[in-house]
Amino acid sequence: MPDQERRHTIAVLVDNEPGVLARVIGLFSGRGYNIESLTVAEVDEANGLSRINIVTTGTPLVVEQIRSLLAKLVPVHRVLDLTLSGTHVERELALVKVSGDRERLIEALRIADFMHARLVASSPKSLVFEATGGPDELDAFIELLRPIEVSRAGIVAIGRGDAVLSTDRLKSEQTNPKPMSVKKASER
Amino acid sequence: MTAQTLAPAARASQALTGSQVVLKALVEQGVEVIFGYPGGAVLPIYDAIFQQSELRHVLVRHEQAAVHAAEGYARSTGKVGCVLVTSGPGATNTVTGLTDALMDSVPIVCLTGQVPTHMIGNDAFQEADTVGITRPCTKHNYLVKDPSGLARTVHEAFHVARSGRPGPVVIDLPKDILMGGAPYVARDEVRHRTYHPVRDPEEARIEQAVDMLLGAERPIIYAGGGVVNSGPRACQLLTEFVRETGFPVTLTLMGLGAYPATDRQFVGMLGMHGTYEANLAMHGCDVMLNVGARFDDRVTARLDGFSPASKKIHVDIDPSSINKNIPVDLSIVGDCERTLTALIAAWRRRANQHESSRTRAWWGQIDEWRKTDSLRFRQQGEVIKPQFAIQRLYELTLDREVYVTTEVGQHQMWAAQHFKFEKPLRWMTSGGLGTMGYGFPAAMGVQVAHPEALVVDIAGEASWVMNMQEMSTCIQYRLPVKSFILNNSYMGMVRQWQDFFHGSRHSESYMESLPDFVKLAEAFGAVGLRAEKASDLDDLIKEMIRVDRPVIADIVVDRAENVYPMIPGGAAHNEIRLSPPDDGEHMPISEKGMVLV
Repeated sequence: MPDQERRHTIAVLVDNEPGVLARVIGLFSGRGYNIESLTVAEVDEANGLSRINIVTTGTPLVVEQIRSLLAKLVPVHRVLDLTLSGTHVERELALVKVSGDRERLIEALRIADFMHARLVASSPKSLVFEATGGPDELDAFIELLRPIEVSRAGIVAIGRGDAVLSTDRLKSEQTNPKPMSVKKASER
Repeated sequence: MTAQTLAPAARASQALTGSQVVLKALVEQGVEVIFGYPGGAVLPIYDAIFQQSELRHVLVRHEQAAVHAAEGYARSTGKVGCVLVTSGPGATNTVTGLTDALMDSVPIVCLTGQVPTHMIGNDAFQEADTVGITRPCTKHNYLVKDPSGLARTVHEAFHVARSGRPGPVVIDLPKDILMGGAPYVARDEVRHRTYHPVRDPEEARIEQAVDMLLGAERPIIYAGGGVVNSGPRACQLLTEFVRETGFPVTLTLMGLGAYPATDRQFVGMLGMHGTYEANLAMHGCDVMLNVGARFDDRVTARLDGFSPASKKIHVDIDPSSINKNIPVDLSIVGDCERTLTALIAAWRRRANQHESSRTRAWWGQIDEWRKTDSLRFRQQGEVIKPQFAIQRLYELTLDREVYVTTEVGQHQMWAAQHFKFEKPLRWMTSGGLGTMGYGFPAAMGVQVAHPEALVVDIAGEASWVMNMQEMSTCIQYRLPVKSFILNNSYMGMVRQWQDFFHGSRHSESYMESLPDFVKLAEAFGAVGLRAEKASDLDDLIKEMIRVDRPVIADIVVDRAENVYPMIPGGAAHNEIRLSPPDDGEHMPISEKGMVLV
């Protein structure tokens, strides 16, 4: 369906230089695209490369625009739409704080144990858990735990299999956009 | 001697200051002229300019005009235009020009001064976050914080500005970097890590395109500014390809001159104020070949009514232009010149499969549409029709090298319709951003590049006054730019839309007290001329051409004239309106169309 919106996870390899994140964010805000999640960190110190993972929603046309606009940014090495290029893994980390009486905290410990969350800080009236998992798992954990405060890291993602996102391939190799299934105007 | 010790050559180049390094890099990049305005943060560069003779500096009267002048210079030469301004207000004043250059893909390198690195972020005097402000209105920008990267940054900036889809690049230069020492690095030692735009098209796609074109019964070639940007050779190849295929060709506002306007196969400009035949051919075609145009909203009109029955091929150097507004059947990412070269070669290999009879009926249809003569106007009596003034200007300058710039509005559309361009790089107009005040400084930049040529800014009086301070620059540098003002005392296009879509309520679109343009010209030391009657027009134009000085020609024109044809907002190509609606009838426009600009 050409007009159907879909969630996409996009990985971007960029030069780790000042302003590069602002360029990426500015592209989204300036053109009215959504950012559902965004993570960024240096991944290759020797070559000064950072990786940005962006989760966005849009129609195939919009997502293709986002991909090619990202590739056009000068400090960008590679752009990969993980959602379109085979299967991938997504993980997220969350710190969640629960407070209450003894009974409440024991219940929280039980849920955390069941969900494989780690206790990372505690006080007589509060506990902080660290949980990792897919975004849906974390959603479920948080809903179950009913915490008073949540801090989530955003999504990091990587493709399955032996394909690698590296600077080896020039971004120019993915120049021609995939042909869109063209729907005639009259059918819209 | 340790590894860190500099080699003698490097030590010698270390003796340069940052300012000298910048100038040396500019010279190596082929810059001959800089348009600029001094200020505190760039005083070191101005001092270095004073002490050399390789670069010319043109002092403008407002930084916005510096960018437009550089745009005019760039678009009439195919070179990169260069701008130098100070920090803070100097930089912020360039924003309109930079955005204009971004929208119209004009290669510009703009050097901005900045407060010293240790003061950045302190709200220092004349400090502005220039890279932050210009990030969305440049192709790329740099803040140089390390002198060792200075020369490299300048070379990179020129490469980014001129290659791929051209655009403006800002280099923000803190004063301490300009004053301190910096090493020089030669141009050919710089290779970019990430930025390598694709120029060569994929051969398989060329074959596919030729397949589609060979099968076409109702083809159209729709070419734009990308062909002009690709260079005169690309325009020549376009002309060859159009002639060999025998297909009709239309051009966008930005593409005018890419194909000779008087040629029979040219069906005129397309879009909101394009010809009847161009727009109906776009609507009715079965195969469309877009070369270097971007399906802009002025061109496509209502998207879901755009060329409903055609297979579309889109050639563009910018992958993000493809499938942005209009999904296409075949995309070819590549430079127009190289793509046209490949298309012509592939077409020739299969020339025996081409039957020119296939498009005979289509041409018959196009000739029928042509008979409507959609650009017609009637010059009756002594009230000057604006179209007539442009037609006479065109006819009386046929024997010369003429460069035309425009401001934005009705006069711009009439100029596009009635001034016929046979060659590229002769037509400079603000297409994407629609910047009133563009034409006069742009004409100045054109005149700097072509001192002997006739350079005319076809203007409206409202646009012209927006950057009229530049008359002072024209006088200082003896730039005999002709301002051909079609004066109707209205912001004509605003008035036209108010008449069509807002019940003729002329809200703030009338100029109550305009200057006396003849006296204004004299006050600046230029020549002022006025024509109020059609019979005076030819003499005025001849006199304007004759005097070797800047001229303001105040052409008092019919105030009520509107631009036709017109595709109203929210309408499709085949809903084009040819002539004024009858009394009391309003231009038909849907509620959805009303919100469109």
